Amino acid sequence: MIRIEDYRRVAPPGVVDIILTLAERVRGRRFLHLSGGRFGSGPAEILQTLVPMMSDLGIDAAWEITGGDPGFYATAATLQAALRGSERVLTDEALDHFIEMNRVNAKKLALDADLVLVHDVQPATLVEHRASRGRWVWACHFDASRPQRRAWTFFRPFVNQYDAAVFALPSFSRRLGVPKYVIHPSIDPLSEKNRELAPREVARILRVLSIPQDKPLLVQIGAFTAAEDPLGVVNAYRLVKKHHDVRLVLAGTSGGEPDSLEILGELRETAQADPDVLVRELPPDASLQINALQRAATIVLQKSVRESFGLGAAEAMWKGKPVIGGFVGGLPQQIVYDVTGYVVSSVEGAAFRLRHLLNAPELIARMGAAGREHVRRSFLITRHLVDYMALLIHLTP
Amino acid sequence: MPLTASQPFIFTGCVEVRQALDHRATDERELLERLEEIPAGSVFYHTHGYFLRQRAITTVYGNDFASWMATQVRDQVLAERLAVVNPFEFASLEHLREELASIIHDHLRRLSAVPRVEFGEPFYFQQSHIVEVSLGAGANTLAEFRAGLASVDASAIYFHMVEARARLGRRAGDFAEWIRTSLGMPELADGIERIDTYMTSLERVRARVLALVDAALDGGAR
Repeated sequence: MIRIEDYRRVAPPGVVDIILTLAERVRGRRFLHLSGGRFGSGPAEILQTLVPMMSDLGIDAAWEITGGDPGFYATAATLQAALRGSERVLTDEALDHFIEMNRVNAKKLALDADLVLVHDVQPATLVEHRASRGRWVWACHFDASRPQRRAWTFFRPFVNQYDAAVFALPSFSRRLGVPKYVIHPSIDPLSEKNRELAPREVARILRVLSIPQDKPLLVQIGAFTAAEDPLGVVNAYRLVKKHHDVRLVLAGTSGGEPDSLEILGELRETAQADPDVLVRELPPDASLQINALQRAATIVLQKSVRESFGLGAAEAMWKGKPVIGGFVGGLPQQIVYDVTGYVVSSVEGAAFRLRHLLNAPELIARMGAAGREHVRRSFLITRHLVDYMALLIHLTP
Repeated sequence: MPLTASQPFIFTGCVEVRQALDHRATDERELLERLEEIPAGSVFYHTHGYFLRQRAITTVYGNDFASWMATQVRDQVLAERLAVVNPFEFASLEHLREELASIIHDHLRRLSAVPRVEFGEPFYFQQSHIVEVSLGAGANTLAEFRAGLASVDASAIYFHMVEARARLGRRAGDFAEWIRTSLGMPELADGIERIDTYMTSLERVRARVLALVDAALDGGAR
C-alpha cells in the first residue's frame, strides 16, 4: 500500500507536513465517500488512492457504492448525460425506479458520518435518507452548467437538500440554494499512469505498440469522439508536416458509439494514406501505455472542442511535456498560456503553436519543466487530500 | 548571548477553501456592478489570492480582474490600469474595492460601447475561507526564526505576510511585528515591513526576509 510518506519525494516541500498536521485535527472523524462504482471513472480512480491515504492518516474514512438492477444503472447514466447537457429521454417511471432503488441502497449502507461526500449522479438521491448528524456534500465532477431542463427540474430539489456542493470549476456550476465550493481534480503521481518510467521501459512499450521513436512525436490521447477532435488534430498535423518531419500518434478508445466508430474509420483511412499518422486503439486499462506515450511525446495535444476538466493535460505536464489544448473546460485552468503550453481555439492555432514549439526546442524543454512544477503545486493528489481535509474542518469545525 | 523573545513565534501555514459565488460578469459594466455588491472576501480573493494559488509561477497581471480583462475581454488598456493597483497600499478592502470600481467607471465613461467577452470565459466571482495550520515548535531567537522560515511551507509566508496584513488587520505583518515587539529589533522589523509583496512570488518574499535576517545575524544579532 502507498503511504503518505511516499509522497514526500514528489509533492511540494512542506505539503506532507501540512497533511500530517491537518490529519491530527480530524483524526477519528468519519468521512464517507459514496459513488456509483469503484472502477471506470475519474473520481473512482482517485478515490482508490485517497480513501486508503485518509485511513492511513487516522481518519475514519470509508467508501461505499450504490448498486441496483440494469434499469437503475441505465437511468443514472441517462440522467448524468442529460445533466451534462445532452438531449435524453427520461420517463417518470424510470426516475421513480431510480429513487426507489436508492431507497433500497439507503437501507443497506451505513450513512452516518461527520462528512458524507456524494460523487456524481448515481448515489445523489441518497440525501433523502441522511442521518440527523453530519454534513452532506454533493461532489459534481462534470460540467453541469447547461443541463437539459427536465433533468435539472428533477435533480435540483435533491441537490438543495445537501449542505453544500463541490465543483471542479466555478463555470461547471449552476445557481444553487447551497454554498458551492471549488476543488480541482488531481492526478496520482505514483499511480501506474503517472509513475516514473525508465527510457528503456518506454521504448519497450512503444515497440509493443509499433510506434517508432525516430522522429519527434506529436501525441493526443483521448476518446475518438467529436468532442476530442482527433480529425482537427490530423488537420493541424498536416499543416505542420509541410515544415517538420514529425509523426502523429492518436491513441484512445472508441467507446463503440456510432459517431465514434465513424471518426475511427476516417482516422484509419488517413493512417493508411500517411505512414506517419499512427492510430492506436487502447484497452480501458491502458494506464502504462498512456504513461509511456506521454513520456515519449515531444509535444502533447489535447485539442478538445468540448471537455470536462481534462486531466490528460496535467498528466502530460507532469511528464515534463508542453501541452497544446483546446480553449474548453478545465484546460485553460491547467495550461498556463505561454508558460506551460498554449490553449488554442482552432486547427490553425494548434498548427501555429506546434510549429512555434518545434522551431524552438529550448522552449519545449523550458515549458515542460514549468508544466511539471505547475502540476506539482496544483494538481497532485496531495493537494486534493489537503482540500478534502480542509473542507472537513471548514464544514465540521 | 542571543536575544530571547518574550513570546515564541509560531509559524502558521494555511489552506484555502474556495467558494464559488452566484455572481459572474460577461462585460465590463457587469464586472463593475458585481464588484460593487460582492462580499469584501471576494475582493480579497481576486486581488490577493494569486500569491497563494500561483506559488511557482508569477503571473503577468497582479490581480484576477486585470488578468480577465487582458486574456478574456482583451481590453489591454483597462487591464493595465487595473494591474497597477497595489492591493497592499489600501487601508481596507473597501478602499481597494472603491479604487478598482472607480478605475472601471472612469474607463467606461470614455468608451462608446462596453467591451465584452466574445470568445473567452466570463468572470466568475469567488471567495475563500482560510483554514490555519500550526507548523511545528515556536522560534524563540532570531536564529531559530531564520531556521524555521527557511524550511516552512510557503503557505506560511502567505499567511504571515499577506493574510495577516490584508484580512486580519495586522498591518505590519506578523514577522515584522514579532521581531519588533518580542525581539526588540525595530530596524530589522522596519526592513521586513517595507518588503514589496506585490507582483512577486512567495519564494521571493521568503528570500528577501531571509536576506534581511541574515544581515542582522551577521551584524551580531542572535
